[in-house]
Amino acid sequence: MNGAGRARPESGLELYAWLFMRISGVVLLFMALGHLAIMHLLNNIEVINYNFVAQRYATPFWRTYDLVMLWLALLHGLNGARTLVEDYVSAQGWRAFSLASLYVLGFFFLALGSLVILTFQPVTAP
Amino acid sequence: MVKPHEYLTYKGRAGQWAWLLHRVTGVGVLLFLLVHIVDTAFIGWGPALYNKAMAVYRMPIFRVGEVLLAGCVLFHALNGVRIILIDFWPETTAAHRKWVYAVGVLFAVIFIPTAIVMLEWVAR
Repeated sequence: MNGAGRARPESGLELYAWLFMRISGVVLLFMALGHLAIMHLLNNIEVINYNFVAQRYATPFWRTYDLVMLWLALLHGLNGARTLVEDYVSAQGWRAFSLASLYVLGFFFLALGSLVILTFQPVTAP
Repeated sequence: MVKPHEYLTYKGRAGQWAWLLHRVTGVGVLLFLLVHIVDTAFIGWGPALYNKAMAVYRMPIFRVGEVLLAGCVLFHALNGVRIILIDFWPETTAAHRKWVYAVGVLFAVIFIPTAIVMLEWVAR
């Protein structure tokens, strides 16, 4: 076993999903590892607090960065979870239920995350 | 359908373990991402709640988990590059086991110093 990825689907939506995993994967390699390096090496959890985020989100750059990363990471993760469901959940009813839950959950988290990034307004200094 | 014990007894060697680790780390990172979306959402309720949430992450168990998370993301990223390599340049399959070892070595080279920096608080 060479540990390769899923075989490339012939065409259609599955092919786009397959390509998306690879393209978003490369982008996330830079964005997610960059995010980790900034937040956990250059900074750390001891300095991350409300004011830290307020300063970061004062300019559109980091909001855009986080929004793009959120969408790519969540869609990448959800599509990966979909692959796992199709591999491991063979009973038709359970599979339909798992996939439906995945989509509902995915929509909820995508909406919540986007809402937070786009609407955050710092309260005036207490 | 593969039975759970067959994941351990199947003799697929390096590629099999890379495949399994890719799935396990992928699930781990996804679960944390969901938690992270929620903890970030607390910022909408103002400094008191958000700072309380961040204080939870300062507990030793979460700071160790943070290193584990970084390891999961790093392995998933490096192994993902190996998968893309095999997908788009099939000739790399000839030396497929070497690519798995390369991922392992590169992972160790990046992860060990990273973990040391991230665990610096233990020595304090």
